[in-house]
Amino acid sequence: MEKWSRFNIASVVLGFGFLYLPIVLLVIFSFNESKLVTVWAGFSTKWYTQLWHNQGLLDAAWVTIRVALLSATCATVLGTLAALALVRYTRFRGRVLFSGMVYAPLVMPEVITGLSLLLLFVAIGFDRGFWTITLAHITFTMCFVAVVVQSRLLSFDQSIEEAALDLGATPVTTFFAITLPVIAPAVFSGWILAFTLSLDDLVISSFTTGPGATTLPMKIYSQVRLGVTPEINAICTILIGIVALGVIVASIVTKRREVQREKDERAAFAAIG
Amino acid sequence: MKSLGSIRRSFAPWADPASKPFISVKNVTKKFGDFTAVDDLSLNIYTREFFALLGASGCGKSTLLRMLAGFEQPTSGEIILDGQSLAGIPPYRRPVNMMFQSYALFPHMTVENNVAFGLKQDGMPKADIAERVAQMLKLVKLEKFAKRKPHHLSGGQRQRVALARSLAKRPKVLLLDEPLGALDKKLREETQFELMDLQQELGLTFVVVTHDQEEAMTMADRIAVMSHGKVVQVATPAEIYEAPNSRFVADFIGDVNIFDGKVISAEDGYIRVETTGGIPVRMASPDKPGNGATAAVAIRPEKIRIGRQPPAHAPVNAAEGEIWDIGYLGDMTVFHIRLKDGKVIKASSLNAVRAVEDPLGYDQQVWISFGEDAGVVLKD
Repeated sequence: MEKWSRFNIASVVLGFGFLYLPIVLLVIFSFNESKLVTVWAGFSTKWYTQLWHNQGLLDAAWVTIRVALLSATCATVLGTLAALALVRYTRFRGRVLFSGMVYAPLVMPEVITGLSLLLLFVAIGFDRGFWTITLAHITFTMCFVAVVVQSRLLSFDQSIEEAALDLGATPVTTFFAITLPVIAPAVFSGWILAFTLSLDDLVISSFTTGPGATTLPMKIYSQVRLGVTPEINAICTILIGIVALGVIVASIVTKRREVQREKDERAAFAAIG
Repeated sequence: MKSLGSIRRSFAPWADPASKPFISVKNVTKKFGDFTAVDDLSLNIYTREFFALLGASGCGKSTLLRMLAGFEQPTSGEIILDGQSLAGIPPYRRPVNMMFQSYALFPHMTVENNVAFGLKQDGMPKADIAERVAQMLKLVKLEKFAKRKPHHLSGGQRQRVALARSLAKRPKVLLLDEPLGALDKKLREETQFELMDLQQELGLTFVVVTHDQEEAMTMADRIAVMSHGKVVQVATPAEIYEAPNSRFVADFIGDVNIFDGKVISAEDGYIRVETTGGIPVRMASPDKPGNGATAAVAIRPEKIRIGRQPPAHAPVNAAEGEIWDIGYLGDMTVFHIRLKDGKVIKASSLNAVRAVEDPLGYDQQVWISFGEDAGVVLKD
């Protein structure tokens, strides 16, 4: 192994410190006995127990999870279909425009996405609440799914679909028996990505929310304005845990399957020469 | 047991006007935008025939195969299979199966499930599927690999899985797209004969696409030589080789020497041609072109004799030259002989006798000569 120079060690420590120090502090203080956020008074999990009695926070968490599950699922379906269309039909008119438009929300400032969605909902007289947040989240997360699935489809050998058709499978059977299982890891990581994005979104949710539909990030944000409590630290720690778990699971699954798949395909193409 | 060879030898339904073609391609054209991949092509393929589509890449042979499989629809014309038009019938309802060049094995399924896939689509009972799969794997000698995934197999084994999978449904016609292209030379030669035996055993009609003329010559009952979306000649391998109908076919299949010239006279089955290099040629020809017409005589290298003395019939069908290049291949030697007018002739001779030193060396003056039926007079 290479020897680490002092400079390199310093850069790594600084970089990771910069990234994770605030988070580590938050996690540590969520176990603080004292009610004062900045003064350490011993270890305790009482703020976590207290969370269970804070109906407002629990309601918000429940809304958030429902929105995330529903929007991630819909976004995965739509994003996968968009990716399929973009990769398969390379010759249709306006393909470049279409693919550009699918990816635009990736770089679009959230404020603009949120505002435009709000304007739309107001214009068509859609009552704002749970459903508008869900729709908004589908809108901005589907492009992430499309990107992830599209990159998988680009390395997909289409002749296996033709082989399935040739062997008597209808296009629908072919999609579910052949295409989907092969691209499943990408679809799954797309879902996880959409789920975590939806889970911690504040800006777009704030624009598109209505009475009775307060998501956790919104709740936290509004409470923080009244002062940070250890309770908030506790719920944030749980959120961090969920997101980290999701990201780790997704990357492990994708990595493992992708490595396997690439090995298969490389071997297959090596055989073709 | 009757040998497969004796069955093959007597097999010639195309020569019998009473026999009905099994596959009939009628005036099929396929265009991709401005590009015409298949151009007003017609041909007939008969039951149990091993038919090869041979041509350089981009000649339309794969497109034709894909139209038979149903992945492409003809722009015009129609394809009839067993008396039924295939127009508008999707690939999953055609009684044909295809073996893909990339094998296209399903990477997430075991060998067993790959082979069973088509049978499951037909709703075959489970027990029958298991039996058929076992039978197919036995046929391709892969019984031991049933539970493996494709990436744990070698190229040759994958080729066999693909073959078993495409044969499992007992299709009326098996389409093979460059079936041996991914195998190395030794394995390819072995597999060629295996495919032929298999085809005879199962009594199937095979349509194979290949760019490898040796492969086509070895396996096929008949070959269609294709160029620019058209069929140039359809005939048995021997006819294609010995009686090419055009300069293209003569040149495309094997090596050939073409002597251009003018017809001097034509009578009782022979014509006399004065080549541009000044060699008087007398050659068997069923046609009687008019005097002064241009003619081209094609002679294969192995039909040209090399000698140190002029032959008795000189100067007719003979010319003097010097050995320019020698290619020693082991079983035979290829000579490039430069004639007086600068034309280089290819001549090959079988090394029937063990001789480490060839009596013919570089720069040696030699005579080439050929018989009156050694060549073919090309029409264009």
